Amino acid sequence: MTTVNEFSIEVATVNGSGSQTANNVLLRAIFQMGMPVSGKNFFPSNISGMPTWFQIRVSRKGYAARKPEIDLMVCLNPETAEQDLAKLPPGALCIYDEPLNLGGRRSDITAFGVPFQALVAASCPEMKYQRLVKNMVYVGVLVRLLGIEPEEAGRALGRLIKGKAEAMNRAAMDAGYQWALANLPDQGKLLVQRLPVEQERLLIDGNTACALGALFAGVTVVGWYPITPSTGVIESLTEYAHPYRTDPTTGASTIAILQMEDELASAGVVVGAGWAGARAMTATSGPGLSLMTEFIGLAYYAECPGVFVDVQRVGPSTGLPTRSSQSDIKLCAKASHGDTLHINLYPATMEECFRFTYDAFDLAERFQTPVFLVSDLDLGMQNWITSPFAYPEGKLDRGKVLDEAALKEVQAWGRYKDVDGDGIPYRTLPGTPGGKGAYLTRGSGHNAQAAYTENPAEFAEGILRLKRKILGAAPHLPLPIQVDNGAKRGVLAFGSSDPAVQEAMDILREAHQMPLNYMRVRALPFAEAVGDFLRSMEVVYVVEQNRDGQMAALLMEFFPQEAPRLRSVLHFDSTPITAQTIVDQILSQEM
Amino acid sequence: MSTSPTPTNQLGLTRQDYTGGKSTLCVGCGHEGITLQIIQAAFELGLESHQVAKLSGIGCSSKTPAYFLKNAWGFNSVHGRAAAVCTGVALANRSLKNLLVSGDGDSMSIGLNHFTHLIRRNVPVVYIIEDNGVYALTKGQFSATADQGSALRWGQVNELQPLDPCTLAMELGCGFVARSFSGNPKQLNTLLKAAFAHPGTAVLDVISPCVTWNNHESSTRSYQSAKNREIPLHELGFIPAFHTPQVDIPAGEAQEVAFPDGSRITFRTLHDDYDPSKLTEAWRLVHESRDRGELLTGLLYYQPGKPTIHEVMKTAPTPLTQLPQSALKPGPEALQEIMDELK
Ligand SMILES: Cc1ncc(C[n+]2csc(CCOP(=O)(O)OP(=O)(O)O)c2C)c(N)n1
Ligand code: SF4
Ligand SMILES: [Mg+2]
Repeated sequence: MTTVNEFSIEVATVNGSGSQTANNVLLRAIFQMGMPVSGKNFFPSNISGMPTWFQIRVSRKGYAARKPEIDLMVCLNPETAEQDLAKLPPGALCIYDEPLNLGGRRSDITAFGVPFQALVAASCPEMKYQRLVKNMVYVGVLVRLLGIEPEEAGRALGRLIKGKAEAMNRAAMDAGYQWALANLPDQGKLLVQRLPVEQERLLIDGNTACALGALFAGVTVVGWYPITPSTGVIESLTEYAHPYRTDPTTGASTIAILQMEDELASAGVVVGAGWAGARAMTATSGPGLSLMTEFIGLAYYAECPGVFVDVQRVGPSTGLPTRSSQSDIKLCAKASHGDTLHINLYPATMEECFRFTYDAFDLAERFQTPVFLVSDLDLGMQNWITSPFAYPEGKLDRGKVLDEAALKEVQAWGRYKDVDGDGIPYRTLPGTPGGKGAYLTRGSGHNAQAAYTENPAEFAEGILRLKRKILGAAPHLPLPIQVDNGAKRGVLAFGSSDPAVQEAMDILREAHQMPLNYMRVRALPFAEAVGDFLRSMEVVYVVEQNRDGQMAALLMEFFPQEAPRLRSVLHFDSTPITAQTIVDQILSQEM
Repeated sequence: MSTSPTPTNQLGLTRQDYTGGKSTLCVGCGHEGITLQIIQAAFELGLESHQVAKLSGIGCSSKTPAYFLKNAWGFNSVHGRAAAVCTGVALANRSLKNLLVSGDGDSMSIGLNHFTHLIRRNVPVVYIIEDNGVYALTKGQFSATADQGSALRWGQVNELQPLDPCTLAMELGCGFVARSFSGNPKQLNTLLKAAFAHPGTAVLDVISPCVTWNNHESSTRSYQSAKNREIPLHELGFIPAFHTPQVDIPAGEAQEVAFPDGSRITFRTLHDDYDPSKLTEAWRLVHESRDRGELLTGLLYYQPGKPTIHEVMKTAPTPLTQLPQSALKPGPEALQEIMDELK
C-alpha cells in the first residue's frame, strides 16, 4: 500500500448535500501544501439526493489520471455504503458515518466510525444548516488523519466559502478535527507532507480556462443554450465579462451573451454574427452539437467564421449527461450534411484549454470557417493544477477582410475567388461604405462571384477549394507533441487521455520493459508529423475514450497506407480512462 | 422626344439603385409585388443600402433578397432560422437595418420557435412574411397559415385551424404588427416605410398569392379571394423624418403617431372603433373579422417604447464589429489578476 504523498481518497455522499464544496476545500488544502493533486467528481444527472462520489488523487509523481484503487474511503451515503466498502482493497482505511455500522464488516481494512450528526449538531445550532455543513466535518477528520496542515485547510475554506456560511463551515470542520484528535489513533499509512513548490501553480477547471481564452480573444457575440457539461464555459465567461468587458462609466457591454431558445438558434447566432464580422462563439455538448449541424454545414460552405466549444459527455442520445467521453470526435470532424472537414483543436491541459480557445478565434477568422474546441467533461468540469497561463501576445488575426479603402484598390473582387492560391478568399462585412463589396451569401450553389450557379464545374471547383483551404490549415494549427523513447512501437492519444497514457508508459517501461514512443495529436486536419510518426513505428496504439475508435478511423482516412499498423485501445464505460486499462489492452495485443 | 428627369431621393439615388438581380420567380407571383414595394419604400426613404442587412430562410419568398437592394449585404440562410441569424447580426452590428424576408412555411412551422423568441427579445428588424398558405418551393403542400376549408389545386382540403402570424405576434408583445396584401401596393408601401421607422421588431404578414400552387377558385389565398375579402382598416399616410412636400396625407380627420426617429404615420379610420394602440380590443376585432371570413389589413397593432434587445442587454453604442482590439482584448495585467485569484 502506498503511503506518503501517493494515494487516493474517495468520498461517497449524496448530491445536493454541499459535499462538492467540502471536497474542494480538501483538494485545495492539499494543493496548497505543494502537492500534485487531482480531483474527479462523479455526479448524477439530478439536483439532489442521488449518490455521488469524489475522488482525490495525491501523487508525488504528478499522475493525474483516475486511479480506481482507493486507499481511503469516506462512507456517508447509506444507499451505497455496502458497495463502497466492498470495493476497497485489503489494507485500506475507511471513515464512515457511525449509524452505518460498518466497523468489523471487513477484517482486512481499518474502519473508523465518526458521529457526524452529533458533531454537526454541537457545532451548528441552526438546524436548517446542519445538513449543508455536515460534510465539512469529514474534511476536519481527514485533515487530522492525513496530517494536512490545519492552517492550509482554513485558508482553503476561506477561499471557497464566503459570508455567513464561512463561520458555520469553519466550526463544523473544527469539530471534525478536534474529534479526530481526541478519538483517532495516529496512522502512519497515508500522509500528506509538504513539498517545496518550485513553480507558481493554480487550480482551475477546463471550462473556466476556455472562457478565459475566449475573453482574451475578444469574443463579442455568444449564443448559447444550457447543457451539462458545457454550461460552465458560458457562466464563467459571463462572470469575467462583467469586470473586464463593461465600460465602468456607462455600464455598456462590449460583449453580447444571449441565452437562446435552443442550439439551432445558438448556432444561427454564431453564423449571423460571424458573417457580420463579430468574434462569435457557442459552447455545447453532444446533443446540442447534433442540433447545430445544419448551420455548421452552412457556415463551412458559405465560409462564415465561428467558434464551437464541444464539452463532450457520454452519448448516444442524452447518454450519461454527467459522465465524460471522447465520443464526438467524428461529429466534430465532419458535422454537417454533405462533404466537410472542420478544424478541430484537442486540448489536453488547462493551458491548452485557454490557449486553443484563444487561437480558435484567430483560426476561424483566418480560415473563414467553424472551428471546434473539442473538450470533455473530465477536462471541463474537474479541477486541475496548472502553471499560470502565459499572456497571448500579439494582435488578433482578423483574417482577410477588405474594408472600404482596400475595396477601392481592388479591381474585380469576388467573394469566393482564390486570389492567393491558398484557398482562402477575401471577405467583406455588411455595413462597409463606399458602394462596393456587397454580396448575397447563400448555402446553395455559388460561383467565385458569390452568384447562384448550378454549373457542375463551378460547383465542383468551389468545394475542392474548400478542401484545399482546410487542409492548408494544418501547419498553422497546434502541432503534435512527441516523446521519443527510442522505441519501435508507439502510442497515439489526444485530449484528456494524456495523463493516463503518460502513467501507462511509465508502467510499461518499468514493469514490462516495454518503452514506447508517444505522439499526442492536438489538431485536425493532421500535421505531416502525424503521418511521419505512423510511418516510423511498427505498431501504433491509438488510445481513445469511445467505442468505435473514431480517431483511429480519421487516421486511416488521412493515412490509409498506415492503417495496418494501427491498433485501438478503447475505453468507453463512462468513467475517465485509467493507466491500467491502457497497460492491459496494450499487453493483451502484444501477445 | 422630351424625357423628364429620373426622380432621385435625398441621397441623389434613383429607384434603379435599389433594384436587385433578375427574378426567377413565376410570372405573376405575389412575392414580386412585395419586392417592388421594398424597392420603392427603400428608395423613398433614402435608405443607405450598405446599412441594410437582408436576411432570409429558404423558400420562393426567401429567394427574393437577391432581387432587391443589390448594394446591400444579404444572407439566404437555412429553412426557418433566419430569425436566429438576424439576432446574431443585430448583436454584432447594431447600426445595420435588418430586413428579414420569410415565408409562411419558413416562419410558422420549422421556424416558429425562432420567430416567437425574436419577437420576445424585440430584435430590431422589419420581418416580412410572404404568406401564400403553401410551401411553394416544395410544390404546394399546405402551410400552417392555410385557412380551414381551403383546398389545394388537386382537391385536398385543409381541416386544421390556421396559425395567424399577426395575432400571434400581438400576443408575443410585438410593438408593430401589420397585415397587407401584395395586391394593395399603396398600403404595403406605407406600412413598409413605417416599419423601417420602428425601432424594434416589426412584423408584416403580407398575403402574397402563389399563382402556381394556390391561386385557384377553392383557395382562400388567391388574388380573387383576397381582393373580395380585404377590408382596409384605415387610409394610411407616412411622413418621413426628412419631411418632403410630395407626401400624400389622407384627407379628412387623420390621426398621427410619431416614431422615435421623427417620422410619423397618419391614419384615417375606415373601420368603426378600431384603435391599433389597444391590444386586447384590436386582437378581438382581428379574430372576429377573421371568423367572418374577412381579411382586415393595415396597421393592426402599434405600441412604441418597448425596449429593444440592445437596451435590455446594454450593448455598447458602437457596433461590436467596429470595436478596436484595445476594447476587446484585456491586457496582461488583467490575466495576472485573474491568475492570482486562482492560486
Ligand atoms: C431543413 C429543411 N427542410 C426542408 C426543406 C425544404 N423546403 C424548402 S422551401 C420549403 C417550404 C417553403 O415554404 P414557405 O416558407 O412558405 O415559402 P414559399 O416557397 O411558399 O414562398 C421547404 C419545406 C429545407 N430546405 N430545409
Ligand atoms: S411557385 Fe408560387 S410562390 Fe413560388 S415563385 Fe411560383 S408563384 Fe411564386
Ligand atoms: Mg409559403
